[in-house]
Amino acid sequence: MTTVPSTSAPVRRDKSRIKVRNTVLTVITYAVALAFLFPLVWMFLAAFKTEAEAFASPPVFAFTPILENFKNALPSYFPALKNSVIAAVGSTVLAFVLGLPAAFALAVYPTTRAQNTLTWMLSTKMMPAVGVIVPLFLLFRNLSLLDTLPGLILMYTTMNLPLVVWMMHSYMTEIPFAIYEAAKVDGASVAQEFFRIALPLSAPGMAATALLAVIFAWNEVFFAVNLTSSDAAPLSVFISSFKTSMGLFWAQMSAAAVLTVLPVLIFGWVAQRQLVRGLSFGAVK
Amino acid sequence: MTTAVRPTTTTASPPAPKRGLKLTPAALIWPAMLYLILTTQVPFFMTIYYSFFNYNLVIPDNRPFIGFGNYATLLTNPQNLQVVWNTVVLAGGTLILTLLIGGAMAMLLNRNFPGRGLLRTLMISSFLVMPIVTAVVWKNMLLNPVFGFFSWVVASLGGQPVDWLAQYPMASVIAMITWEWTPFAMLILLTGLQSLPDDQLEAARLDGASPLQEFQHIVMPHWTQAIQVVVLMETIALLQVYGEIYGSTSGGPGLATTNLPYFIYQKAFAEYNIGLASAAGVITVILTNILAVYLLRMINRNNRTNKGG
Repeated sequence: MTTVPSTSAPVRRDKSRIKVRNTVLTVITYAVALAFLFPLVWMFLAAFKTEAEAFASPPVFAFTPILENFKNALPSYFPALKNSVIAAVGSTVLAFVLGLPAAFALAVYPTTRAQNTLTWMLSTKMMPAVGVIVPLFLLFRNLSLLDTLPGLILMYTTMNLPLVVWMMHSYMTEIPFAIYEAAKVDGASVAQEFFRIALPLSAPGMAATALLAVIFAWNEVFFAVNLTSSDAAPLSVFISSFKTSMGLFWAQMSAAAVLTVLPVLIFGWVAQRQLVRGLSFGAVK
Repeated sequence: MTTAVRPTTTTASPPAPKRGLKLTPAALIWPAMLYLILTTQVPFFMTIYYSFFNYNLVIPDNRPFIGFGNYATLLTNPQNLQVVWNTVVLAGGTLILTLLIGGAMAMLLNRNFPGRGLLRTLMISSFLVMPIVTAVVWKNMLLNPVFGFFSWVVASLGGQPVDWLAQYPMASVIAMITWEWTPFAMLILLTGLQSLPDDQLEAARLDGASPLQEFQHIVMPHWTQAIQVVVLMETIALLQVYGEIYGSTSGGPGLATTNLPYFIYQKAFAEYNIGLASAAGVITVILTNILAVYLLRMINRNNRTNKGG
């Protein structure tokens, strides 16, 4: 656990010494966690301060919380929120429509080719967005998809589709094969196997996958910045308008930031366990 | 990576449905395949195509074929090599820091103590925060030379106020992105630690292993796969860092924090130099894929040896 050199290892250590050591480690853990959370805590506090308090130096720790900032941030927040919700939910739905059948087929008919297909799908994640942005931008311009929600949804689906296929594939392979076989004996069609067995039995996995896909689409910046400007601008573009604030409106910026990150924080905390699976594509369990 | 499919299922492939069904496995897979081909492979080939032309959106009708001219321009200008170097330093520096801090945090959290679950949950927060929020909050509220929290800390310790983003731009950006990605490393590494059976550690302790030996011979070998996953996933993600730079330094001062993605954004959307931006995009993809393939091979090889042993 620690690199503290111990003198005589096999000798049973004094119980009280272990207790002290454990307490010290716990205190360190809390201290590190607090340091890590500090930027977020500071942002949350600033959201409830007056502008003067928000960029006072020395910093103000005790203050009377106000809700002004949220009221001021809301008018410009809502259109961006609407775009973010539509883009995140829309792309998740589309990725599910395309990805669920693929995940099902790859899970129920596992061949070498299926394995290669899965690997290939994962490899599209290795394609940096900058490798495709130029033609996509020109294409979107010609098709009048720039600054539209359908355009944004199309790109976010590209981003989320490999994730959906991989995660759902790993959930669907966990369904006992005997269930499919029994259904087949009873004369179930492929469609029936998909809708009556695979989907209901992997429902919890679907929920976790959907949460992750929504989080990723919500937080995306590159496509948002380069393919939208005003009409379809999601929250990431809205927040970036604060990047030149030069010390002004910190409190209002914090309020907008809180409203932007809070839904994702809650989603992420809820889906914490599935996060590992999704982030490592099932490689670490 | 390959552990997702158990060998038992790959060998026991079921008989194909005999009756004339409309839904074949291929028909179920193709929509997703086609979508990904259309939105990733096709545009990438177009990027390669554009990269051979002197193509500027300001003069769209005149775009002469110049072969590898754009690549030559990119690779001979020392400023552009600086951008490639920045990309490597940013990704490499952040990766090492997140592994060290995330590993330490994982070990601290892999013990029983009150509030452990809550702390673990809260610790992942910075990874969930939108990169652009991280950038604007760090830039304005923490790194600001006059009113920023860090400047106040330095000043109250008797130091001179520091203009972090101007004086130490790369270090500041790395610190910011490390803050974001440490929870990712911690989460994966903690999961790796938790799958280590207790009896192995106990047996080692009974045999008189020191904590250091315990770490070296039991924890580390078991941890290897989790570490490799962190390295692979972070390498791919960190080579593509964009939002954090866009929201904080805009690649500056000068070229100090311009990485390849930000450079391409500038070339394509500020200078409209489609040809040059495309060539840089191709180079980024090649760089990413060389690293990713190399790392994937390493993971697969280790998986196989693990299974064999």
